[in-house]
Amino acid sequence: MTERSLRGRVAVAGVGQTAYYKHGESPDPESKLTLEAIVNACKDAGISPRDLDGFASFSNDRNDGPRMAAALGAKELRFSNMFWGGGGGGTAGAIENASAAIACGIADCVVVYRGLAQGQFGRFGRGAEIRTVSGDGAYTLPYGLMSAAQMFAMKVTRFMHEHGVRQDALKSIALASYRHAQRNPAAVRYGRPLTPEQYDASRWIVEPFRLFDCCQENDGAAAVVLVPAERARDFPHPPCYVLGTASGGHYRAAAPSHNAPDYASSHFKTVAKRLYAMAQLSPHDVDVLQSYENFTGGVLMAIVEHGFCAPEDVNAFFTLENLSAPSGRLPLNTSGGNLAECYMHGLGLTIEAIRQIWRTSTNPVDADVSMMIAGPMVTPVSSVIFGSEATR
Amino acid sequence: MTDAYLKPGLPAPAASRDGLDAPFWQALARNEIQLQRCRGCGKFQWGPEWICHRCLSFDLGFEKVEPVGRIYSYERVWHPVHSALKDQGPYVVVLVELPHANDVRVIGNLLGDPRAPVAIGAAVEAVFEHHEDAKPAFTLLQWRRAGR
Repeated sequence: MTERSLRGRVAVAGVGQTAYYKHGESPDPESKLTLEAIVNACKDAGISPRDLDGFASFSNDRNDGPRMAAALGAKELRFSNMFWGGGGGGTAGAIENASAAIACGIADCVVVYRGLAQGQFGRFGRGAEIRTVSGDGAYTLPYGLMSAAQMFAMKVTRFMHEHGVRQDALKSIALASYRHAQRNPAAVRYGRPLTPEQYDASRWIVEPFRLFDCCQENDGAAAVVLVPAERARDFPHPPCYVLGTASGGHYRAAAPSHNAPDYASSHFKTVAKRLYAMAQLSPHDVDVLQSYENFTGGVLMAIVEHGFCAPEDVNAFFTLENLSAPSGRLPLNTSGGNLAECYMHGLGLTIEAIRQIWRTSTNPVDADVSMMIAGPMVTPVSSVIFGSEATR
Repeated sequence: MTDAYLKPGLPAPAASRDGLDAPFWQALARNEIQLQRCRGCGKFQWGPEWICHRCLSFDLGFEKVEPVGRIYSYERVWHPVHSALKDQGPYVVVLVELPHANDVRVIGNLLGDPRAPVAIGAAVEAVFEHHEDAKPAFTLLQWRRAGR
């Protein structure tokens, strides 16, 4: 293994989040939520926000790092970073960037954060109310292909066609998230269980996605503080190391007008290989998985492309039992995820991946290796693997 | 104007200000599909770019393409995400592969009963949906099942 690796060189010091709200229900504006999540993460780590020297985010977060650093009185800003690309594809990518900065000595204490108040700034699920459109959007919007669900249903339909995937496989993903959320009091859908019958009766958003195949639209913020591995034991939580990260996309994944050559993909085929190579692990080593649900179909493809299941086996693999904590084959989205905990652009899933290593999840799986997959079907996508002391 | 498949009020397409795709939109108004073709390697690419992604030539033009294709994927939309579609009901968007243009793909609507089954791989032919009364006027590239 080359020395050019992040394996075991960065640790998590603390995590923080705000209360999670349905869109429009936050009493606080987005920038305040963001500050609150960062302060909470610092409290969790037992450090002062003044000691943060790096700020990393993704998806064009409106709360820019230098401004956050100023508001928090950070003593010195050494790393200010935005991961390119929309959607949640940068959730693990921001962890990757922050980890790279720490491993290279650019910064010592970096917060990865995301603030998102869709009530304040507009819902992702709406199409643009504009008079004219030019450029790539001109090839799709006038035909009523406007939202993320509509963008991705086209890919998932093709994948389901190629591999004979049944709707029940998507349903199992939704049911697993809702089942896990019933044990997570912080989840927006806590106390709102979902039955298979309710799923079947729910309305189509765009085939093959029913209402419960789609992520929520929420208000909130989340943050993760990262430090050099040498300091892993200086904080209240047990060590949790970054074992591997990878991001990007395959050849021309971002080609316009749905022209990616390998189209029916979540865009992880090359990313997953690099992830496992850096972590020196294989899918069999992964104890628990958080996989970003923009839409269930993307989760399905991402799990296939990370090698957990062959494409021809998805109908047998994607069952509620297999995806349930604590003893399913692959416990999935154990906080309730984007579907049922909160759509915090995947950073909530990242925090849950870390909680599994810390044994603080409300759906605990005895995990030493915990993976998070971010933003299927966008470009770039990203993934990260965390590990306990035993894996280092 | 031809009968439009979707209700009016969605964003209207306009050629990009830098002129990159102007020939495409102008051709549609004449009931023609013209897509970008590289004069270096002779291959089509879509959407248009200032450079050929295969041979990196900047010498690109637009050429006429046979108005036939096959359905590569599709989706039936039920939930309206735009105010113009509030009373639309379901509609079908297709991703059409063009065998006469190196299998590049274009997005359009599949005309006809929106509730009818859609077969991936089915042959389709182009329909030019003119919005002459719009200001500025524009034409959409739509599709119908072949052989009708």
